[in-house]
Amino acid sequence: MSIWINEESKILIQGITGNQGTFHGTMMVEYRTNVVGGVTPGKGGQKIKLSEKEVPVFNTMSEAIENTNADVSVIYVPARFAAAAIIEAANSFQQNGGGLIVCITEGIPILDMVNAVANIEKCPDVRLIGPNCPGIITPGDQGGCKVGIMPGFIHAKGKIGIVSKSGTLTYEAVAQTMSVDEGQSTCVGIGGDPVNGTGFIDCLDAFEKDPQTEAIVMIGEIGGSAEEEAAEWAAKNMSKPIVGFVAGSTAPPGKRMGHAGAIISGGKGTAEEKFAAFEKAGIYVARDPSEIGNVLLKALKEHNLR
Amino acid sequence: MNIHEYQAKSIFHDSGIIVVKGIHCLTVEDALNAYEELESKVVAVKSQIHAGGRGKGNLYNPESGELVMEGGVKIAFSKEEVREYSTAIIGNRLVTKQTGKEGKIVNNLYIETGCKIEHEYYLALLVDRENKSVLVMASTEGGMDIEEVAENNPEAIHKIWADPLNGLSREDSMSLAAALGLSDKSQEELASMLDSLYAMFTERDCSMIEINPLVKSESGEMIALDGKVGFDDSADFRHPWRNELRDFSEEEDVEIRAHEYGLSYVKLEGNIGCLVNGAGLAMASMDVIKLYGGEPANFLDIGGGATRESITAAFEIILEDKNVEGILVNIFGGIIQCDMVARSVIQASAEIGLAVPLVVRFSGTNHVKGKEVLDQSNLNVHTTNTLAEGAEKIVSLTRGDA
Repeated sequence: MSIWINEESKILIQGITGNQGTFHGTMMVEYRTNVVGGVTPGKGGQKIKLSEKEVPVFNTMSEAIENTNADVSVIYVPARFAAAAIIEAANSFQQNGGGLIVCITEGIPILDMVNAVANIEKCPDVRLIGPNCPGIITPGDQGGCKVGIMPGFIHAKGKIGIVSKSGTLTYEAVAQTMSVDEGQSTCVGIGGDPVNGTGFIDCLDAFEKDPQTEAIVMIGEIGGSAEEEAAEWAAKNMSKPIVGFVAGSTAPPGKRMGHAGAIISGGKGTAEEKFAAFEKAGIYVARDPSEIGNVLLKALKEHNLR
Repeated sequence: MNIHEYQAKSIFHDSGIIVVKGIHCLTVEDALNAYEELESKVVAVKSQIHAGGRGKGNLYNPESGELVMEGGVKIAFSKEEVREYSTAIIGNRLVTKQTGKEGKIVNNLYIETGCKIEHEYYLALLVDRENKSVLVMASTEGGMDIEEVAENNPEAIHKIWADPLNGLSREDSMSLAAALGLSDKSQEELASMLDSLYAMFTERDCSMIEINPLVKSESGEMIALDGKVGFDDSADFRHPWRNELRDFSEEEDVEIRAHEYGLSYVKLEGNIGCLVNGAGLAMASMDVIKLYGGEPANFLDIGGGATRESITAAFEIILEDKNVEGILVNIFGGIIQCDMVARSVIQASAEIGLAVPLVVRFSGTNHVKGKEVLDQSNLNVHTTNTLAEGAEKIVSLTRGDA
């Protein structure tokens, strides 16, 4: 098992004929992800070659889902059209038994996301991951299911769930699990935007219920209070050990650190507050990301899992 | 992007929000003419900079550093006072709680008709990331710093949230007005003002609107006496009118240049420059430098679309900071390939010269090849496999230990 995606998942690519869509679609297929087609309005009826695989292009998500039975969509469309793409995917999945939407796009206007998330909430069988995230990956025995832009080869199938707000820092966390000979069940990048879909708590809840996952690495960053809320929730609801890191201890207040959401405002959202919340909740804290592997191993041993 | 008060008020006016009459001025002469034109005995003479706390700030002579005047916002009762205050403001350095010690040179002035105030309130609209909707926040403690009110008197702050699909409900707006203790007529006025503000917020893709103080005049009118407006930069593409409101003198020149290359740069106070791919990893690199006893000189994310040109520009920007005594490059290759970065480092060194110690950590896509490229060059560079090793190395090199 794994969470939300597995090797049988059928994936659509929104924006498949664009540079990003075609490039990452090819990388996904090379990782043996089951890409079944894509959508670009006005280009329906064409076929597109992704590595050795040829897949159909549709004009709309409804058409694409009806023809392929897809249950996952990944969005690579430009920021100005991305929220509309999310809403289209959500409505189409809701009418066809539900699905997962993964939005990679960075730089979507925040009010567009407020609107998109409100629309998603009306679709109980639809989940959104992102935007502004690397995506989600479930490594398999050979390749696996890669829905996003992460480098597939750094992963291996295993028992650690990873959830993170950051892109490359997630890869760092993956490398850390590998450094202590642990693989991953599923890695989820929830994204660094202030308004997004799936949050830490959704991921922790899913990992807790997933029999394959034995421990979780959670990577936060400054801004907002999602880490504090997740820590409080975890203290009450999680039996599996969690290792936590928060980026931005040295970030100055009032300055946006790359991600739209990474800002300490009014003295709130500091790394110190988040680390303190982690410690209070019994989360194993790594102050140095290069220590995540060792802290994880300690957590597994203390829970008699190794 | 932020704008000046006089610009915010012009948008308020266009959006149907009541403001008092005012005139934007660039010189003392402008200010004197504005006083005549407003035909008001009492006017406010207001420094225009993007930072808050202007009223309680101090003005200094930028050359001599001597104090010129206390307070960046003054009430003038005569033309002579307008002359005195505007002379003290224009061209001088205003230091407030929000500007930092260096302050900001005031180039713009706003002369505004006086207003008879019965009570001052605080009002703000912003996106609440936890509730994923627009939050309206109001307080009876007008003119106060809202963060202090939140700390000392949280029950004075009242909040309502807009429904993302249906906007603000009249019922919520009226209950907010009632919570502020407004009378019937003023309650209606505030509710209408909130409708106008919400429309402005959503139509113009604001990130924040703050009115502090919002005042009730003696005649019961609700007036925006101050205005601070920020826009969501991600929505620039649908608001070309913003270009005309932009005041580049208020932005860090180096951050603008970095942005043009797709780089995200924030200057810090330390001596170790950082060049990293990814915002989270860039923050983590700074944190680890600190853990090993060093101080980061900057945050710099080269982004997923980095090229040789943008990486050279990144080195240039880092080296402009004279405090920089060493640079840590930390790349976890995903889309970005480490060997491309390695060749870019060599090119940047050839073009601009890298006189300071350089430590490079590569991981991920093509990291072995990247390391080879650097090792085969005659560049004086230390390569490491982990972030911790890299941070430890650059800290010891900048200390002169090695």
